[in-house]
Amino acid sequence: MQLEWDWNYTLDILPVLGQASLLTLKATLLGFALAATLGLVFALLRMSRLAPVRWSATSLVEFIRSTPLLIQIFFLYYVMPEFGLTLDAMTAGILALGLHYACYCAEVYRAGLDNIPKGQWEAAIALNLSPYITFRDIIIPQAIPPLVPALGNYLVALFKETPLLSAIAVLELMQTAKILASESFQYTEPITLVGLYFLFFSLIAAALTRQLEAWLNTRHGGAR
Amino acid sequence: MFAEILELLPELLRGTLMTVELTLCAAVVAITAALIAAVSKMYGPRPLRWLAIAYIEVFRGTSALVQLFWLFFVLPYFGVTLEPFAVGVVALGLNIGAYGAEVIRGSILSIDKGQWEAATALNLGRMQTLRRIILPQAFVAMIPPWGNLFIELLKGTALVSMITLGDLAFKAQQLNQNTLRTLQIFSLVLIIYLCLSLLITVLMRTLEHRVARGLLRGRAG
Repeated sequence: MQLEWDWNYTLDILPVLGQASLLTLKATLLGFALAATLGLVFALLRMSRLAPVRWSATSLVEFIRSTPLLIQIFFLYYVMPEFGLTLDAMTAGILALGLHYACYCAEVYRAGLDNIPKGQWEAAIALNLSPYITFRDIIIPQAIPPLVPALGNYLVALFKETPLLSAIAVLELMQTAKILASESFQYTEPITLVGLYFLFFSLIAAALTRQLEAWLNTRHGGAR
Repeated sequence: MFAEILELLPELLRGTLMTVELTLCAAVVAITAALIAAVSKMYGPRPLRWLAIAYIEVFRGTSALVQLFWLFFVLPYFGVTLEPFAVGVVALGLNIGAYGAEVIRGSILSIDKGQWEAATALNLGRMQTLRRIILPQAFVAMIPPWGNLFIELLKGTALVSMITLGDLAFKAQQLNQNTLRTLQIFSLVLIIYLCLSLLITVLMRTLEHRVARGLLRGRAG
């Protein structure tokens, strides 16, 4: 069979895919908001003075990073109801994405927090600042900006993993493309369009990250 | 509880075998693709360089699952029909290979420029220098990031369950539908994946120690 690209069909499915891509973006943004927040919590727990807290946070992060996201999605969607927590597919998917990438973000935060010179802590103690205030006003504002490019990379990585949600029938881009394809038996157009969509956004995000990195280097380069 | 696990285990282990086979085959594809792409991007003639850049950007810029589906559903229209296993190996291999190419490029760039100059002074050709002098040194630097990539690859193999390949993730879903022992099945599967990841970590660390030791001895001598 010869490859044929059907432009009429492409135009037909474009609005449907556009609609579905909104769900993809929603899952990405909510998932990443969760990942960025929870990641910081994990990173702080790994720095805890209590050994059991430190130890459990470390093992949890390592465990989640070492196992496939797909299985984690299944776990949240199929197993949690047995514990009385029934989630709809979209929520389970967002939670899984957020939790998975929180563990990657935690590593980024940890590296950033480790980079803050010890003198900053000592100066804050000398100024009689509480640990909370030290964190909020001294450490975090210095630690986070240099991490933005690394976090941006994980935002893109998370975005590219959203098609996994099709495994629990969330009507995001991939699932919609599959349904369209199986209705019309034309696989080339929908799946290629989905690929182009991800490529387009990833390239934009990569360019933005590079710009941001350059900007941060000029801004923070002198201070370090 | 224990008897139940014993009942589930044979089927899951069969899936594990498939997962391991896929990981190994895809790793070979990934290393080959990465090496070719990295060297082409750095030293190839212009058209080859563009091709390598296009490959790296496309495979890093799109989802692994989309690539898998594309090869599975769209490639037949080009007249290329591959077995699901081959699709899995090629898709995962090329995906990880694109990331690996950047790892290899980075570690080649990290080698001191003096090494190139010394090789030129000794009248070694470019390819000869690369193969004999640069790559063996870059090899040590690239082992830890490749370890991470292999773990990503292992995790990525779970995707092939969506093109009906009987790997661990697929067996888990199948058993789940048949027995409804959801908690036991998915916990076991997570533990198996964890063990495989740890195995990769241990193997890569051993390799790193071996190679680094050889290099240090070489330097001292």
